[in-house]
Amino acid sequence: MKLITAIIQPEKFEAVKAALLEADVHGITVSEASGYGRQRGHTEIYRGVEHTVDLIAKVRIDIVTTDQLVDSLVECIVKAAQTGQVGDGKIWVTDIEKLVRVRTGDENEAAL
Amino acid sequence: MDINSGDTAWVLISTALVLLMTPGVALFYGGMVRAKSVLNMMMMSLASAAIVTMLWVSFGFSMAFGDSETPFFGSFELSNLGSLINEITVNGGEFPIPLLLFVAFQLMFAIITVALISGAIADRTKFSSWILFVGIWSVIVYFPVANWVFDFGNQNGDGAGWLAALGVIDFAGGTAVHINAGAAALALTLVIGRRIGFKRDAMRPHSLPLVLLGAALLWFGWFGFNAGSALSANGSAALAVLNTQVAAASALAGWLVVERVRDGHSTTLGAASGVVAGLVAITPACVAVDPIASIAIGMVAGALCAYAVGLKYRFNYDDSLDVVGVHLVAGLWGTLAIGIFNSDGLLSTGSFDLLIRQALGAITVLSYSFVLTFIIAWLLMKTVGLRISEESEIEGVDLSTHAESAYDIDTRIGGSGTLSGIIKGRA
Repeated sequence: MKLITAIIQPEKFEAVKAALLEADVHGITVSEASGYGRQRGHTEIYRGVEHTVDLIAKVRIDIVTTDQLVDSLVECIVKAAQTGQVGDGKIWVTDIEKLVRVRTGDENEAAL
Repeated sequence: MDINSGDTAWVLISTALVLLMTPGVALFYGGMVRAKSVLNMMMMSLASAAIVTMLWVSFGFSMAFGDSETPFFGSFELSNLGSLINEITVNGGEFPIPLLLFVAFQLMFAIITVALISGAIADRTKFSSWILFVGIWSVIVYFPVANWVFDFGNQNGDGAGWLAALGVIDFAGGTAVHINAGAAALALTLVIGRRIGFKRDAMRPHSLPLVLLGAALLWFGWFGFNAGSALSANGSAALAVLNTQVAAASALAGWLVVERVRDGHSTTLGAASGVVAGLVAITPACVAVDPIASIAIGMVAGALCAYAVGLKYRFNYDDSLDVVGVHLVAGLWGTLAIGIFNSDGLLSTGSFDLLIRQALGAITVLSYSFVLTFIIAWLLMKTVGLRISEESEIEGVDLSTHAESAYDIDTRIGGSGTLSGIIKGRA
């Protein structure tokens, strides 16, 4: 089993969600995130003083999936979230040691 | 003379309008600080209302408007307001409104003047010391200055305050309120010192909608502040309403033009600040100039203050929310502008007489307020202390002083935390 974590542009979230639904993903966890990569920050002005805002709002999506499906889902997210500009985000995949469904106590593949 | 119900009704309403400006200042300032000190910022305004109200009805009104031989203060005695219920107002002439209404109306001015100062000392002030400052400053600075400017004496003008007697024109408080508060703000911030991280950390306003809400309440209440000062429902009040609106609108435009040209963007904070700058500038002048002159007064006020708010970075004083840059600067401009645009002023007569008199009034109040405030603040610093600890300031004054936080934005049901102690005061 794998955990896919995707950090994407907030305005691309709806497109990614639709693409994941299309790919028959049953569950995702979404959180608001902030950070910076190559995009760095932006500038805001208050009473004539420029402030550099380093941290930019992003959306983070976590998906647990099987080893077989992981590559196609990553590709699916990249396709939906890509604009070609800096700031499009990152996706990383990690191994999962154990998975439990809270309602039933089912473990691993059965809990997916 | 009988009570006139129309005049009385207008001043009753104006009194409530001016009171509304103090919570307006609380919101205006509260939105401009960081989320960790918004409550303290608002509490400084509320505390002014508490302290000044009690002082005013006890003896403050007598100090400002009581009969006396000197033109520098009223009388040092209890105001004894309960015996005045059937009196009408006499202030350089008879006004057919109850004297107690005049007492209430002027009280609201005393409250907001000291509340305005708090913007200079955001995030770092010891609340108990602020309470002491409010009381001492009102007694030593505001009550006497109100006498100088607002006390026009008896029917014949005998016993008037010295600036009023001199013919300095200040209809609703350009000197007594705004120059006074602005100069005090400068002195207080010099004594208390800069915030930790001044000129290093981003100190962005945490809520511009709150700032706008505050500015809206100020704009609304200011019609009572300026037009209520006519103490009558008459042509002067109407002129004051009109000029107030024209100057506020023009200053909004003036500030935004400077921002667009200088910074490339017109901002919401600039619009709100421009409105306040225009309202301040027209305060002394609101029945002394034509509405067309109010456009000039407003535009210049907006543009001037848009530049003046940058002075603190050049001279390295932390006037946190620009009380000096807005209230002192626009107050000075409005007071001097009377000497230019009034029918006795420079443009109409070619004479500098009125302008010089206005400058004298402005400089006197500025100097008195600055020096006395500096001394009061210094004594407080040396005795009870003016600042919270460094750790408290970094953690946030709301939590360390008031044991509250402004926002509990949390998706967990009921927010975070558990009830951990006895509920005190439970019946």
